[in-house]
Amino acid sequence: MTWIAKPKLHHPTLTKNKVGYTRRDYEGRISTLCAGCGHDSISAAIIQACWELDIQPHRVAKLSGIGCSSKTPDYFLGASHGFNTVHGRMPSVLTGANLANRDLLYLGVSGDGDSASIGLGQFANAMRRGVRMAYIVENNGVYGLTKGQFSATADRGSKSKKGVVNSDSPVDLVGLALQLGATYVARSFSGDKEQLVPLIKGAMEHGGAAFIDVISPCVTFNNHSGSTKSYDYVREHNDAVSRIDFITSKSEITTAYAPGEVVEVQQHDGSKLRLRKLHQDYDPTDRLAAMTYMHKQQARGEIVTGLLYVDPLATDLHTALNTSDNALNTLNAVQLCPGSKALEKINAALR
Amino acid sequence: MKCIEAVNDFVIKFANVNGSGSASANELFAKAIMRMGVPVAPRNIFPSNIQGLPTWYEARVCEKGYSGRRGGVDMMVAMNPQTWDADLAEIEPGGYLFYDSTRPLPASKLRSDVQVIGVPLTEITNATYTDPRQRQLFKNIIYVGALSVLLDVDAAVFEKLFAEQYKGKERLLDSNVKALHLGRDYVREHLGGRLGIRVEKRDNVGDQVFIDGNSAVGLGMVYGGATVAAWYPITPSTSVAEAFQKYCDKFRVDAATGRQNYAIVQAEDELASIGMVVGAGWNGARAFTATSGPGISLMTEFIGLAYFAEIPVTIVDVQRGGPSTGMPTRTQQSDLFAAGYASHGDTKHVLLFPQDPHECFVHAAAALDLADRLQTPVFVMTDLDIGMNQRLCKPFAWDDSKQYDRGKVMTAEELEAGKDFGRYKDVDGDGIPWRTLPGTHATKGSYFTRGTTRDPYARYSERGPDYIYNMERLRRKFKTAANLVPQPEVRAAQQKTKFGVIYFGSTTPAMHEALEVLEEGGIHLDAMRLCAFPFPDSVPKFIAAHDKVFVVEQNCDAQMRAMLVNELEINPAQLVKVLHYDGTPITARYITRAIRDTLQPAAADSQKEAA
Repeated sequence: MTWIAKPKLHHPTLTKNKVGYTRRDYEGRISTLCAGCGHDSISAAIIQACWELDIQPHRVAKLSGIGCSSKTPDYFLGASHGFNTVHGRMPSVLTGANLANRDLLYLGVSGDGDSASIGLGQFANAMRRGVRMAYIVENNGVYGLTKGQFSATADRGSKSKKGVVNSDSPVDLVGLALQLGATYVARSFSGDKEQLVPLIKGAMEHGGAAFIDVISPCVTFNNHSGSTKSYDYVREHNDAVSRIDFITSKSEITTAYAPGEVVEVQQHDGSKLRLRKLHQDYDPTDRLAAMTYMHKQQARGEIVTGLLYVDPLATDLHTALNTSDNALNTLNAVQLCPGSKALEKINAALR
Repeated sequence: MKCIEAVNDFVIKFANVNGSGSASANELFAKAIMRMGVPVAPRNIFPSNIQGLPTWYEARVCEKGYSGRRGGVDMMVAMNPQTWDADLAEIEPGGYLFYDSTRPLPASKLRSDVQVIGVPLTEITNATYTDPRQRQLFKNIIYVGALSVLLDVDAAVFEKLFAEQYKGKERLLDSNVKALHLGRDYVREHLGGRLGIRVEKRDNVGDQVFIDGNSAVGLGMVYGGATVAAWYPITPSTSVAEAFQKYCDKFRVDAATGRQNYAIVQAEDELASIGMVVGAGWNGARAFTATSGPGISLMTEFIGLAYFAEIPVTIVDVQRGGPSTGMPTRTQQSDLFAAGYASHGDTKHVLLFPQDPHECFVHAAAALDLADRLQTPVFVMTDLDIGMNQRLCKPFAWDDSKQYDRGKVMTAEELEAGKDFGRYKDVDGDGIPWRTLPGTHATKGSYFTRGTTRDPYARYSERGPDYIYNMERLRRKFKTAANLVPQPEVRAAQQKTKFGVIYFGSTTPAMHEALEVLEEGGIHLDAMRLCAFPFPDSVPKFIAAHDKVFVVEQNCDAQMRAMLVNELEINPAQLVKVLHYDGTPITARYITRAIRDTLQPAAADSQKEAA
């Protein structure tokens, strides 16, 4: 980390996006994470994605739990409201916030301890409900703030910095998300910005519960040989199923791909996910196939990355609850209170 | 044998098996008496079970309108062989036993000092009905019919109630009326009429309504403007969420679009329930959850976050008997510590103590206003006795000119005009800071909410002075709360007295009755009903004005008394415990005896000797 404050002045030639913001307007405070932390790369990818999507920063609410990953929302989108909740419980707080105001974009940031250990239940149930959000787990398989204990996503046989071998089976968040009904499921690597940025863009624009598991090596406690979440290990075992480009409903399609390699997936809001398939037989709209493929590769020791599954026409919890188009937090007494006349009728029925 | 003689003043208890359909028959019985203008206060005493275990329905008929439990039973309707011995023993000498005499009972199974009324219910039912379900259900109506003659309740009243209940279902209407008359005819032909206890027409019910507290809370949340509710099923609070759902279905669906102006989520547990409520409150929607003691235990970490991060949250705690699973279907006021000081670190929370369903409605709506105004968790502390029993109470009222108090929320215009925004800064001297809602302004007013220490501008800080500034401001805010919450009600004794009594919540009706009984016996007490925590200055003043103050409550550890001692630095010797915690609602007789025994020990001793 650094103590040097970022200068507030922007270079006048910085490019502005369609809503008039430069990339710097999407930054937050200086990160206090270790130098080289994968999480900072993810923050940078979030900044890049939001800038490219022309999202006004204050229209995003960023929520997190507790841990290194959960500290990061302070380091991006400084003009957004943020909420650092309690350990493992970000999903419920995000759900409530989303119910209160359906007009904002919700970004949930969590870690492997936060989502797979203490918060597994909340992670699972938020996926089941289809809360509209981009849920990013910054997965390093280790507890950093408490100095290097295994988390529930650490692979069996993985070795800690102190030399302890993990004997427990790992929780596979991607597998769970697929099984529990998430409608946008991806995995990426903090060191692969080219893959990560479009995945985040797709998730931000998705109409339901979008989940991205981002393997993000912990440079201090989990980047040694024997670890299965180190930079070297992930680079060696990465099996990318797709490269995607994300195209908003407003923008022209300019990227050219050779026919036969590209699958175009249109989301409910008109935005398009353009997938360059790296495996000819991989179909990202088939949940069952995605699960099978992932498990097969996993058994071979490969880490599958890319957009694994998407239901382009996904709906969310608001659809299920049939809530009003008006954000619930904007309704006033006239809209909410039935009034004294109705109360007199209730009284009469109770006599 | 001298039988109890009483008009419009007796306690009748029904001993049934749960799942047998007795609940609706018993409610019908209570309603009929109320339709005769005589107040009734019924209480369900039920097991944590779906079918087959003992359940009781105790109805207090009282033209004076006392709605607390009196204590003692004048007539037992003993329909459950499992509890026969205990039920029989509970009848006051000179009281009445009503039972199914199809199978003759030996004299040893009966009591010689009570009047025994046998009606062969099973025989009558079996002779009339063949379907087992009908036999079961109509047996209940037949005993209600029999009782109506014994207690002199008009058949016409029942017929009208049936007509209202089965409007458009004539077949059910006819069969119920028939069953009622089977019971009535049997008593007239074989037993020759009414008992020493009976009902006479009065006009003492007035415009009161008959409703349970949980339904009233649900309605209050609709009127108070709650839009988000998250909950997890737990007895005895489940019917709060169900009532909210019912009233929302009725009042909160947009007529033009069919869309809902509310969101209810049955969460996976209480942690998620409170998490959703915290998220919704943070984002500016009025939100609540309803739970009971075990749920509060699970929620405490979040309650601490909401306290420290200053997020409006409304929590309904329908208290039951603890600790642990305790007595899930029995009543207590034993979550005062758990709620009042919920979470680690130095935390204190606002508690409201409604006395009846009417106040459940009022306090539910008030809690939403207070939570927004104070930006903190506010608890509505009801209990199973008020929550799950229907009670006659003042009709609900609403002032249509009332606006919701959304508290100090800074608008985009104020931010644009350059108003200084320090999320945790005390600018008004009341300890309550200003907040902004997410998405308000493009460049101003955003902040990062966290449970860790921060400076007045919400910037992360581990500096001691920043922490102390914040804690002192929270203390100041809590003082402000004492003046905003519903204030205590004082009921002065008829003559000057050095004795006082403090009570709250569901103890109220039994307490009021006890005060009158004590007064008749020459014992005078000034009485203060607490309506909320924190305590305003009027509470220590009241205590200081008396030598001895009884604190009447329904828990074992004298939690309210401890809070008074702790918060107001009262000398414990001045506060006398009156505790009732067997899981049943406190009775007027219990309170009367406890206070009388303390103030007139000589009389109590001589009574003991005489006994």
